[in-house]
Amino acid sequence: MVEMPEINQDKCNQCGLCVTVCTCGAIVVEEKKVTIIETEDCHWCTNCEAVCPTGALTCSFEIIVEE
Amino acid sequence: MTIDTTFLKSIAYFSVMNPTELDAIKPLFSEKTVQRGEVILREGEASDTLFFVAAGAVKIFKTSAQGKEQILSIARPGEALNDIPIFDSGTNPVNAQALGPVILVSIKKEKLHGILQQYPNVALNTNKVLAQRMRMLVTLVEDLSFRHVLGRVTKILLTHAGDGVGNTDHLTQQEMAAMAGTAREVVARSLKALEEQGFIRLERHRIVIADKKALEDIVEDSG
Repeated sequence: MVEMPEINQDKCNQCGLCVTVCTCGAIVVEEKKVTIIETEDCHWCTNCEAVCPTGALTCSFEIIVEE
Repeated sequence: MTIDTTFLKSIAYFSVMNPTELDAIKPLFSEKTVQRGEVILREGEASDTLFFVAAGAVKIFKTSAQGKEQILSIARPGEALNDIPIFDSGTNPVNAQALGPVILVSIKKEKLHGILQQYPNVALNTNKVLAQRMRMLVTLVEDLSFRHVLGRVTKILLTHAGDGVGNTDHLTQQEMAAMAGTAREVVARSLKALEEQGFIRLERHRIVIADKKALEDIVEDSG
């Protein structure tokens, strides 16, 4: 399983801004619903989170200390 | 999960109680599960029940009239969410929202007051817990007032860093911004600046602290 940005469908207003900024085509609109497709091409640029006007899309980071 | 004495003992309030006492108060607690994103408490509402986190993490925050969010803390297992209104009988001063699936354990206000009257050592311990909370808030005021943004973001990274195994916090740049009292773009720029200096690496889904000492120095110099 590839970790991907998460979408909260309750907050999403289907504006499609995330689709336009996604550089790897991982975000698509299917049947009027924004859907995220698992792909290792996603480099976690977080552009989708940055443009989302409702805070529906989130790209979380695990913070770790290198040994 | 069922409420057991081991969990009750892990709650700072009740850490001074012995197993027999914990067994006696166990039936006073209830348990419920909430989903990621669910709002558990709203600012301005009355509270007649005290909630403790049993599993997961809960964001404690305030929202301005313009919708800006300031995170005060992230409550973890054993920590209370709303002891202020339980003790001063006012309304909730903050909001609480589940950061993932969360199990909550709760007790009615009057039942908690009964425990405090019956077990004076628990009442004394409660003072300690509330004093620690006040100390944490004083530190937050200090950070927001005197520390520059890069120092605040760096401190957040150090505070929430794990070793990559077990429970490690997951934070979005928006959540870091709400903790640091700044905008998401500023957090993004701060992270980029730390990366350019080689102190951290921004990886897919991970922020790796490559030079912990350098980050500690930034926090030290920013105060």
